[in-house]
Amino acid sequence: MDGIALLTITVLAIFVGFEVVSKVSSTLHTPLMSGANAIHGIILVGAIIVAGQASDPWVLAVALLAVVLATANLVGGFVVTDRMLEMFRGRKRVVPPDGKSAAVEAGSKGRTR
Amino acid sequence: MTLIDPVWTSLLYLAAAVCFILALKGLNSPRTARRGNLVGAFGAVLAVATVFTSVKMDNVPWILGAMVVGSGVAAPVARQVRMTQMPQLVALFNGVGGGAAALVALLELAHTEDRWVRVAIVFTLLVGAVSFAGSAITFSKLQELMTTRPVVFPGLPTLMGAVLLAAVGAAVAVVFSGSLALALLLLVLGLAAGVLLVLPVGGADVPIVISLLNAFTGLAVAASGLVLGNVLLVVAGTLVGASGTILTRAMAAAMGRSVAGILFGAFKGGSTAGSTAVSDRPVRSSSAEDVAVLLGYAQRVIIVPGYGLAVAQGQHTAAELALALEARGIDVDFAIHPVAGRMPGHMNVLLAEANVPYESLKEMGEINSEFRTADVALVVGANDVVNPAAKTTPGSPIYGMPILEVADARQVVFLKRSMRPGFAGIENELMYEPQTTLLFGDAKESLAKVLSAVKALKLS
Repeated sequence: MDGIALLTITVLAIFVGFEVVSKVSSTLHTPLMSGANAIHGIILVGAIIVAGQASDPWVLAVALLAVVLATANLVGGFVVTDRMLEMFRGRKRVVPPDGKSAAVEAGSKGRTR
Repeated sequence: MTLIDPVWTSLLYLAAAVCFILALKGLNSPRTARRGNLVGAFGAVLAVATVFTSVKMDNVPWILGAMVVGSGVAAPVARQVRMTQMPQLVALFNGVGGGAAALVALLELAHTEDRWVRVAIVFTLLVGAVSFAGSAITFSKLQELMTTRPVVFPGLPTLMGAVLLAAVGAAVAVVFSGSLALALLLLVLGLAAGVLLVLPVGGADVPIVISLLNAFTGLAVAASGLVLGNVLLVVAGTLVGASGTILTRAMAAAMGRSVAGILFGAFKGGSTAGSTAVSDRPVRSSSAEDVAVLLGYAQRVIIVPGYGLAVAQGQHTAAELALALEARGIDVDFAIHPVAGRMPGHMNVLLAEANVPYESLKEMGEINSEFRTADVALVVGANDVVNPAAKTTPGSPIYGMPILEVADARQVVFLKRSMRPGFAGIENELMYEPQTTLLFGDAKESLAKVLSAVKALKLS
């Protein structure tokens, strides 16, 4: 693709990036940052392309290191974001490890407020 | 393997890019956030599947093996990490992404003669290396592997300037010569710049730096897309770069800080480093029973949870204490500072995990005027977010940060581990005020003692 087309796409993507996150409440700053963090793990695509074209063993080794790092970024990023967001979801209770908060759970249902 | 038509490749990449935009859009609202994240993950899977079928690939078993290793390490860690340690994990994932981008650019250097492509290569190398090294330092600060105070030494600005100048020189030389040795030098200079950039940042500002480095990695990924001529990398990287920049500014605004002030504030030296001396002025410390009496005969109690509560895993006990007090007819709320914990929104996540009902969680703007009517403000493991120095001491590192106005409450009770200052490394004058009572000890143990003492009180 020629340079001007790539430049056009870049500039448009900047505006989309600005637009899409303006007016986010501070409660969601952390998950949003974490989600954006996962998205740049897509450098994995670049790492795969480079590794797929490597013929020298040293080049392959470095490229595979890049694949490992990029996969960690991509997979870990999406998983940790999902875990964060799980907490934001409604009232579904998780069984606590110490069993203590069963009382809390029952009590909080009975709250009148 | 037969390859698919390049038009299909482009369309599939476009679909993946749309998924990423929808993911960021979804993350704007609590209702759609989880779905948004899944859409993003779907886009990523789509893009990775596409790359395998679109270009001629050697070494496929090796690549798949490397992907198994990468996800085999990252997924369990991401699944099992304690929620209190989440910020440093995000920093870590961000750093390895930047590192991957830098390595990709390094390897592409041999494949091009084009000077403009080399410009994109040196940009990716430098920014990716800064992001990698900077994230490593933020990780060490958050994990408390090193001091959380700003690290400043004489000559730091000069050293930083020299490293940046050398990096620019090396970058120009790489663009004109294509030398691999010089590219490696540039990589090392980038790593040094990343370390020097983050060292002087104070502990409380670290989350903002994570967000900034996140935007940096996005830019590095976008530039690597220009190197490889891959539109998806350009779009995804630019999206993260742009949204990360906005997010960094929004976070800084929520803490009453400017991004430039955070990065370069400590360079000016002086009071920004915080006072190290722990003063030996008298404080009023008391027993759990006394605190229980204060709480048990109050009308209205506001609990201010901080990172100390989360570290001690005391959320469940705090929730039980709130219930015990409510059973006595006392009005109890939790006051959540926007940056309570270590990142904006972090405390909401932690308390939600501990099953504290949403309606008890009050945001700062909502609760601040209510401290005046509160009999007791119970500060559990928080310090900087209630420190009046943010309003009264212009030289203080947290000056200008909005705080919870606990000083307005009739009584203030601090549950603290010790007199050690908070994450920002500054003392809290509030602890020496006559209305303040301190109860020393681990947050969870102290809460448990107070809880049993409250239960032992006779109903009045």
